[in-house]
Amino acid sequence: MSVLEARDLSVDRGGREVARADHLVLEAGETLALLGPNGAGKTSLLLALASLLPSRGELLAHGEPIRDGLAFRRRIGVVFQRPLLLDRSALDNASLGLALRGVPGKAAKERARTALERLGIAGLAQRSAGGLSGGEAQRVSIARALALEPELLFLDEPFSGLDAPARDRLITDLGRVLRESAPRVATILVTHDRDEALALADRVAVVMAGRVRQQGRAADVFARPADETVAEFVGVENVLAATVERATDEITTVRVGATLVAVTEPPPTTADGVLLLIAPDDVVISRQHGSSSERNAFAGRITAIETIGRRVRITLDCGFPLVAHVTHQAARELALTPGETVTASFKATVPHLLARGRGN
Amino acid sequence: MDLIVDGISEALRRLAALDPDVRDAAFASLVVSGGATTLSLVTGIPLGALLGLGRFRGRNLVLSLVNTGMGIPPVAVGLFVAILVWRSGPFGNLDWYCTRAAMVAAQYLLAAPTVVGLTAIAIQSVDPMLRLQLLALGATRWQLLWILVRETRLLLLTAAMAAFGAVISEVGASLMVGCNIKGDTRILTTAIVLDTGRGEFGGAIALAIILLVVVFAVNALTTWAQQRRVA
Repeated sequence: MSVLEARDLSVDRGGREVARADHLVLEAGETLALLGPNGAGKTSLLLALASLLPSRGELLAHGEPIRDGLAFRRRIGVVFQRPLLLDRSALDNASLGLALRGVPGKAAKERARTALERLGIAGLAQRSAGGLSGGEAQRVSIARALALEPELLFLDEPFSGLDAPARDRLITDLGRVLRESAPRVATILVTHDRDEALALADRVAVVMAGRVRQQGRAADVFARPADETVAEFVGVENVLAATVERATDEITTVRVGATLVAVTEPPPTTADGVLLLIAPDDVVISRQHGSSSERNAFAGRITAIETIGRRVRITLDCGFPLVAHVTHQAARELALTPGETVTASFKATVPHLLARGRGN
Repeated sequence: MDLIVDGISEALRRLAALDPDVRDAAFASLVVSGGATTLSLVTGIPLGALLGLGRFRGRNLVLSLVNTGMGIPPVAVGLFVAILVWRSGPFGNLDWYCTRAAMVAAQYLLAAPTVVGLTAIAIQSVDPMLRLQLLALGATRWQLLWILVRETRLLLLTAAMAAFGAVISEVGASLMVGCNIKGDTRILTTAIVLDTGRGEFGGAIALAIILLVVVFAVNALTTWAQQRRVA
């Protein structure tokens, strides 16, 4: 039985529906990421799922409708974007929820201390909240939620206020803690960051314009976006208009301009015109012309090279525009320069086909 | 000029001699204003917190009334309380007219709006996300109120200072309901009015000095407490 299930759940603000989930299920021990751009309604959805915001529709915990909001809230833990600590010591903050739930002082402190240890900040227990760095304070906030030993953990963009190193360390540590807690704790993580979702989530629900547009295993959603809008958000930059040339049991061949591309996916049944989606991370750049073992290998002229955080974005003209993401190391080793011709290749299993017009 | 010099020297003499009239008036002031301020804090903070947190029809009207109450003239309150505790008034059977109890009641009505209003503002100034966080931690409504009050204690200290400052220095209401009885309901401000009316400036200046010292001492103490918390 699912830990949490929402059916036709909708959240209104100012008489307008700001978030909706037709059917959302959270199984025991899994981590679900609500992934979407800013203002998509992710936080509203999370707050409604946590029974912290009035909503319409059905919200079930272990198959039973949630009638007593307070009793339900006392079974969950919530971490917000900001740590929201009180003007007390880290230990007092970490034990606050337990105190509110009537756990005796000594036991509460002990559990809070254990939670601080799990987050690697036991040494800060007596430090005043005001003297903590952003990363430390957010760790205390997470420890405060974990000390409650919740069956459901709600994380609302917990890394967004942190600098990059603190964020990376916390993602690593939180991933470990969630794996350790997995059988007992199910987690919902709100994020707009694909990397966070990939690092922490078992499943992803893409929320756009207040609606859950697609949900599934993280790798599947990123590789097989349901429509063009989702594709754009999950970072599939190569969205190419194509036509189906032929389809066999094994391979679909589509034409993009004058180029033929081999795809293992069957073509969409209802359309002649298709969209060919290729994730930039799956495109390999090499200097060895004609030696690629991939089914799809094209000579392409580099038209632009840009740094985007940890990756380098290479734009190619292969007779059709193609974007590839490579690591900084790969870019250095290949000594790529604009104007030169390289080979871009990807497996036939990489592209995803959508009927043209869906999601527009 | 002589009037001022004579007045100050007389004041210093009476202060040095711990003049019983001055001492009694100072003591009565502290009892009445301290009592009224304490009462206003005990009742005003929970009310202000509920007003700050609550979302109900007519809330803005209540807030407007409270804010109006912060600037209400003491003589109006004095008149209102005098009517209430007058022998033939609704609370005449309490026999409070010309007593310290009536003065406390009048000063309470002057202080309470300040406490309620400033508490509501203090609670409203708390990050709404903190309220949500506390609810998410499993706080009941009362636990939520208690924590928010604790979190805003610096602002509430300001409310206490403002309330005490308002009542220790008022004269109209206390004069009207306390009747300025020597050794009983005569407080610093009413005694100053009386001495000034009689032309006894020495006594009036002595009382004024004490009044200023009391106000300064209370404010210095609360300011120290505030700054200690900030540091």
